[in-house]
Amino acid sequence: MPVSRRLFIRNGVATLTVGLAAPRFLYDIAQAQGLSSRRLVVVYLGGGNDALNTLISYQDPSYYSRRPTIAVPAGQVLQVGTDAAGHALGLHPRLGGLWNIFNEGHLALVQRTGYQNSSRSHFEATDIWGTANPQSSTGSGWLGRYLDTLPRPLDALAAWNTSEETPRALLSAQSGVPAIPNATTYTYASPNRGAAAQQERNAAQMMAANPAMGRPHLAFVNGTSRGAIETLDRVAQASSYTPSVVYPNNGFGQALRTVAGAIVRGVGSRLYWVQTGGYDTHAQQGGGGGGGYSILMGTLGDGLWAFYSDIRNQGLANDTTVILFSEFGRRISENGSSGTDHGAAGLMVAFGGMVRGGLYGTAASLAPGSPTLENSSGDVHYETDFRSVYARVLDQWLGVNSVPVLNGDFRAGAPAIF
Amino acid sequence: MSQLHPQVEHLLRRAGFGVSAADLPTFRDMSPADAVDYLVDYEGRPDDVDARIGRPDHAQVTTRDLFAPDVDIDDARQRWLFRMIHTRRPLQEKMAMFWHNHFATAFSKLSADSGNLQAAKMLAHKAGILRGPQGQLELFRQFALGNFRDLLLQIAMDPAMLVWLDGQSNTKGMPQENFGREVMELFTVGVGNYTESDVYAAARVFTGWNLRESTGYSSDDMNAYQEFVYNAAEHETSAKTFSFPISGGGNHTIPSRSESAGMQDGVDLITALAVHPETARRLARKLWNFFVSDVQAPDPTFIEGTAAVYLQSGTEIRPVVRYILTSPWFNDPSMRYARYSWPAEYVARAIKEVGWQNFSLDRARAPLANMGMLLFEPPNVGGWPIGAGWFSTGTMLARSNFAATLASSQKDFLASSYQATASTPEGLLSAMLDRVTPAPFDSIPQQALMSYLLAGGAWTGSDTQLNTRTAGLARLLVGSAEYQFV
Repeated sequence: MPVSRRLFIRNGVATLTVGLAAPRFLYDIAQAQGLSSRRLVVVYLGGGNDALNTLISYQDPSYYSRRPTIAVPAGQVLQVGTDAAGHALGLHPRLGGLWNIFNEGHLALVQRTGYQNSSRSHFEATDIWGTANPQSSTGSGWLGRYLDTLPRPLDALAAWNTSEETPRALLSAQSGVPAIPNATTYTYASPNRGAAAQQERNAAQMMAANPAMGRPHLAFVNGTSRGAIETLDRVAQASSYTPSVVYPNNGFGQALRTVAGAIVRGVGSRLYWVQTGGYDTHAQQGGGGGGGYSILMGTLGDGLWAFYSDIRNQGLANDTTVILFSEFGRRISENGSSGTDHGAAGLMVAFGGMVRGGLYGTAASLAPGSPTLENSSGDVHYETDFRSVYARVLDQWLGVNSVPVLNGDFRAGAPAIF
Repeated sequence: MSQLHPQVEHLLRRAGFGVSAADLPTFRDMSPADAVDYLVDYEGRPDDVDARIGRPDHAQVTTRDLFAPDVDIDDARQRWLFRMIHTRRPLQEKMAMFWHNHFATAFSKLSADSGNLQAAKMLAHKAGILRGPQGQLELFRQFALGNFRDLLLQIAMDPAMLVWLDGQSNTKGMPQENFGREVMELFTVGVGNYTESDVYAAARVFTGWNLRESTGYSSDDMNAYQEFVYNAAEHETSAKTFSFPISGGGNHTIPSRSESAGMQDGVDLITALAVHPETARRLARKLWNFFVSDVQAPDPTFIEGTAAVYLQSGTEIRPVVRYILTSPWFNDPSMRYARYSWPAEYVARAIKEVGWQNFSLDRARAPLANMGMLLFEPPNVGGWPIGAGWFSTGTMLARSNFAATLASSQKDFLASSYQATASTPEGLLSAMLDRVTPAPFDSIPQQALMSYLLAGGAWTGSDTQLNTRTAGLARLLVGSAEYQFV
């Protein structure tokens, strides 16, 4: 099979995009651009995850009295030991895969993450987790600013967003991130075949190369077009990957499968964004035995376990870290619909071959009046600033100085997850 | 170059879905002022578009067993696209799309709750043949340019909304905050203009605003339905105090009322929110982004002017939209192409401008999902991420690939339509730019287009050459960055 090679000029510097036959070569280019072998996969649980039912303080009587229908029975939790404040804790019963990783010592649970005056709006809160600035929900994102620290020209696939829209966390003035939700449909279609189709693709590429001086919005759309054409062949590499395990046949599982393909085929992306929704569980959450929240936990746990197993089978677990977050936790007391409304502090999770597993921080005491609560004891008050977790990931995993990326020093008190 | 007054063309892109060849006679001699009246005062023309589904000279729909847009969501999607393309009331469909984004409600949650058939019916049922209330989209069409306060009240009683934001289970024992929060954050005043304590109070206001099933309800019965009920026994009767005025006199409290009279609580709150000056400004900002520009921040004078029209007219939307479309901001030529097109707009306009011969609108369904705008499936209650948020490598590829699908389907039609103008490649390009209307090209894309036309060898205008190059050219134009703006 012939190797398709196209040389083109961007910002005055030649970058080479190569086709089918040379994945290691590609990876070398990425390495030469300063991208190390370490990858970060960021998983966003959209809607506000009910952290109190993810990691369960199963000996706290108030957990049961305030959640009469949705509490997970103590006998069903997957025990993970006792935190520094003496709270016995267990994972949701549908998180067996994550429990395995915890028992292997490579899954960190960071309790009560958040910030002062937690926003209860989905949109504002998601933006705050993106900007890493509780005072501003607009502007660039922390991962976008991280990408800005990488050497120029930035590889077009330095980061890979598996969702359709670009989350604020990835926004940056200087570094565009391709959105590739489905690698198999990420191809160039033409009404013609053969030479005419190729000529058309060349023309489309030339049109997209127009810098559009004085027309910044047109230049932006041209950039997305150019980014697509530049990454088509490498994405095809990732989509032809045959995994070592079976991934769940749902959007989340398939997105993780795509990420594994990209990692194993060495396309060189340093950062992956995956999101899964449905966490806005105002109603019908269900208890331990079933219901909406159990389905969410099953999707989450099964997908992540498949991903971790696959990456480990490929000998890449030590190069991969996954972190999970959600925009807020939920209220402690259930509402009249067997659900929970918007709350405050949540749970962050990190896992990977190099993650120092264990329980970090302390659980809230759920009895009204506890100083670990806020909002008239309606919600969980934060203990660990979420930005300190970001700082740890930037400093210790991605190997960049977190202070300029986060516009502040959040290293003190960061959980020592690496 | 264009066959229409450029401002009329602009109006029809923004307040409609573009201009098809069949529309040209209607608009060719129209002045911009007449075109505004035509668009805004649409009630004089019949809402007869659905009756034309199935006509061979219109875009096609794919029928599986039976075309059932009242109860099948994919058929409802086809019907709505058909309306966008063929309606005689383009602004009505355009505003329906605006409200669908404003009160964003997704099929998937309704379907998980009530099954596919009932979920589709709650969203898309057009009253007439089947029993039960009209679907949410029909509400948006009915109130497209109607009274916002009345629309908001209808939405609070809308079965789809009651399932979507869990109002169906809002009871006095444990009030449900979902609708109470979003009605303030997203539907009216916006973040910063209400407090957490307002959220608790609003949840209590709507206790008992629930649903009931029709007699003998079965979720797979087309004539079964769910409808709003005010469940007096589940209404929490104490007084509710807000941080903003409830009545004109500055009173912030909804008084304690008996269970039977308690439905008035919700009417009071909705009225208070609808006439709140921040609601007026928030709608003005959203309408600026929708009609004027989403690449330029709104002019404060525009916001105050639009908000004033809204409040003075008693929350009527028709005078607001007329004010906007006749305003100096909308009519500033620099605002042409100063808005990113929404995927449904992009698809409808591409079909209108390129052609629809034997083209089934069902073929736009998967592409629209890949572009990030499956109709009736917004990503969350905040609606779609409009503006630059529509664009990423993946969604742009989906757009240009839809251009390929459409151009491919119209190959013969394009070749024959442009034959007379294709004696030279320049003639072909300029003829196609009369019908297909991207923002102006700089010299680099112009050269790319010309070199594409000539890449197959010297121009002869042969049937083979026309067949290949007209379709390829249509794909390049509609798939260009320039075409992604309206």
